[in-house]
Amino acid sequence: MQKLGIEVISISVDSVFVHKMWNEYELSKMVNGNIPFPMGSDQDGTVGKKYGIYDEDSGVETRGRFIIDPDGIVQGFEVLTPPVGRNINEIIRQIKAFQLVRESKGSEVTPAGWKPGKTTLKPNPELVGNVWKEWTVDEVDK
Amino acid sequence: MPEEFKAGCQRPKIEKEEVKESKVEENQIIKEDNFNMIKVGKPAPDFTIPAFHQGKFVDLSLSEFKGKWVLLCFYPGDFTFV
Repeated sequence: MQKLGIEVISISVDSVFVHKMWNEYELSKMVNGNIPFPMGSDQDGTVGKKYGIYDEDSGVETRGRFIIDPDGIVQGFEVLTPPVGRNINEIIRQIKAFQLVRESKGSEVTPAGWKPGKTTLKPNPELVGNVWKEWTVDEVDK
Repeated sequence: MPEEFKAGCQRPKIEKEEVKESKVEENQIIKEDNFNMIKVGKPAPDFTIPAFHQGKFVDLSLSEFKGKWVLLCFYPGDFTFV
């Protein structure tokens, strides 16, 4: 993530002290060193409520993740209930796509199934009705 | 840069919006309901929270990350998977 120029912030309702223990006892064994990103503590769910992912019934935050661009604009989000984990590769793919679009200042867009290195589309009046010449459905599976 | 704070029994600094309950109670509730909707293409709500980072306890604000791509991840609890 750091290589991609992405700053990660994790947040749960646990205290910073529990974050410290979790880092020491478990996470440091998974990643071989300290967790590189800040682990935020939102004990009363204030931030979770702002982002609409705080579950009042269980008092915890659901698996919400938000991609925020350098201007502080939310570009995408996904929220899952606790039992299902995220797909990190999909998150990275989306961020790379948003970075490409931003770098091209919107002159390029990434069609369905786009991965780094694959065809982008350059929106212009001639493209209308001609996407089929530039992009085929089987690109989605490649 | 985030400001470090000492471990101890102090209460975490949490910035909250003041809720003026006494005057316009009903309007306030409606406003809060609308506020729950995050929209793509719209600004991410700022916050300041205590955080654990590289062995230190710090106060962290989203606004410090302006100019950078941020992946903000919420999860149910420590010692679960993320």
